Amino acid sequence: MNRLRFCFLLPARIWFVVLFFAPLAIICAYSLLTRGVYGGVELPWTWESYQRMIDPLYGVILLRSVVLSAAATGICIVLAFPLALFISRATRRKNLYLQLVMLPFWTSFLVRTYAWMFLLRDTGLVNTALIGMGFLRQPLPLLYNDAAVLLGLVYAFLPFMVLPLYATLERMDPALLEAAADLGARPRAAFFRVIVPLARPGIWAGIALVFIPCLGAYLTPDLLGGGKSVMIGNLVQNQFTNARDWPFGAAASLTLMLLTLAALGIFYRRGPKDLL
Amino acid sequence: MKRGLAIYAAAAYAFLHLPLATLVVFSFNASRFTLWEGFSLHWYQTLFSDAEMADAAWNSVIIAVVSTVISTVAGTLTAYGLWKRGSRLLSGSLYLSLVTPEIVTGISLLAFFQWVFRWLGWHLGLFTVILAHVSFSIAYVAIVVAARLRTFDPALEEAAMDLGATEWRAFWRVTLPALTPGIVAAALLALTISFDDYVITSLVAGVDSTTLPMVIYALARRGANPSINAISALIVVIFGALILISERLREA
Repeated sequence: MNRLRFCFLLPARIWFVVLFFAPLAIICAYSLLTRGVYGGVELPWTWESYQRMIDPLYGVILLRSVVLSAAATGICIVLAFPLALFISRATRRKNLYLQLVMLPFWTSFLVRTYAWMFLLRDTGLVNTALIGMGFLRQPLPLLYNDAAVLLGLVYAFLPFMVLPLYATLERMDPALLEAAADLGARPRAAFFRVIVPLARPGIWAGIALVFIPCLGAYLTPDLLGGGKSVMIGNLVQNQFTNARDWPFGAAASLTLMLLTLAALGIFYRRGPKDLL
Repeated sequence: MKRGLAIYAAAAYAFLHLPLATLVVFSFNASRFTLWEGFSLHWYQTLFSDAEMADAAWNSVIIAVVSTVISTVAGTLTAYGLWKRGSRLLSGSLYLSLVTPEIVTGISLLAFFQWVFRWLGWHLGLFTVILAHVSFSIAYVAIVVAARLRTFDPALEEAAMDLGATEWRAFWRVTLPALTPGIVAAALLALTISFDDYVITSLVAGVDSTTLPMVIYALARRGANPSINAISALIVVIFGALILISERLREA
């Protein structure tokens, strides 16, 4: 009994030790070493890379990552709530409505991000259409700024907010709303004092599912921010490739990892256990 | 109230689907600019005669298929082993690998490969991409199969063993067939994730192992090119079909 289980779990155990924990351990070690003359790392051990993370130059990047992620999460809550409410109240075709939410999510992340480049760039559809209709002479700079990154993040992770919200709203007893109405609550009061509190576990799960991937976003700021709206993920990549400062890149990726785990710790406790 | 919600939902669905829909529509545009000049399959012809694109697509298929086979086997065995008796350490590791940002996974694997290969004299290539893809797919497979196992009655296995089947035989003849829809769904999921991955792949790929997402990324950075619309349209259709099949199987 136990021997079969041991054999079955062995591949995953070996895999995690060799290709997950060992690489992370190397990154931990690199983050504490000194930058080599030709890239790479050298002795002596030092905390310098972590001290540089707090430097205002990089502090801005940390701050932007957290603020953009928080803003994207907030916008997702506002956009997703009515949609989840609509799906949970639908009398027919609930599954179809849900699949329509998930379908763009499952089509290539890269393609979805490129779709916004196609729409927003100077020669993109939006600018071409506006110029063609005579509203504009010069194209608007819609791409390569914080707003474009924010839009890309909201678009990418909106389905992650709809699903847990739907799951909690679906379980809600409609009689509660009738009771609120019978007791004289207007629709607005019923919404904020009955529906929202009951959906709270779903909201927390959605926050976790949107905020955490936003924090580690790389492609969205890279393609839609175009180097002008840099997040931690881009900092990590840049230090390892162009800047060739591995210790600092390693320190940045561990900072990102710690932020992710901290966010997970905070949100996981408040969300429903069966949704995550 | 109800009507308002329905109108809002229509707008929300438009927001979710219009960007991809316009991308697909303009892949059939005769012009290379974003002005509609009539229907044409020109960009699809360019696409299919592009040798670089074909090589990259072939690499992507090899990587996706091999990493899916490995991660489906390992992930299924993991889910089954954990179903028999849980292990906080291993399931914790599975979840940890799921929440780890891709860029961190990619960078740490890159550092690891370079460090190990310095002693062995090896180079980054297709197999490093496959190893990387397996490590992020195992967790997805294990979680999908575990969900299927939750609906499986352990008494069936016990009955098989009471009737004289060995533990392995009970697994092979009773449990595994019952899990098949879940396993196929998990494999399709792993296949699409692997085929789509750019961040980790671009870090651990060698010079001869460029994948389709890497080519699309390079084209997108270079600027307008309707070929990207055409390849995107193909990817949207293929992915959509695979995921719909996978969803059906998961519900079955």
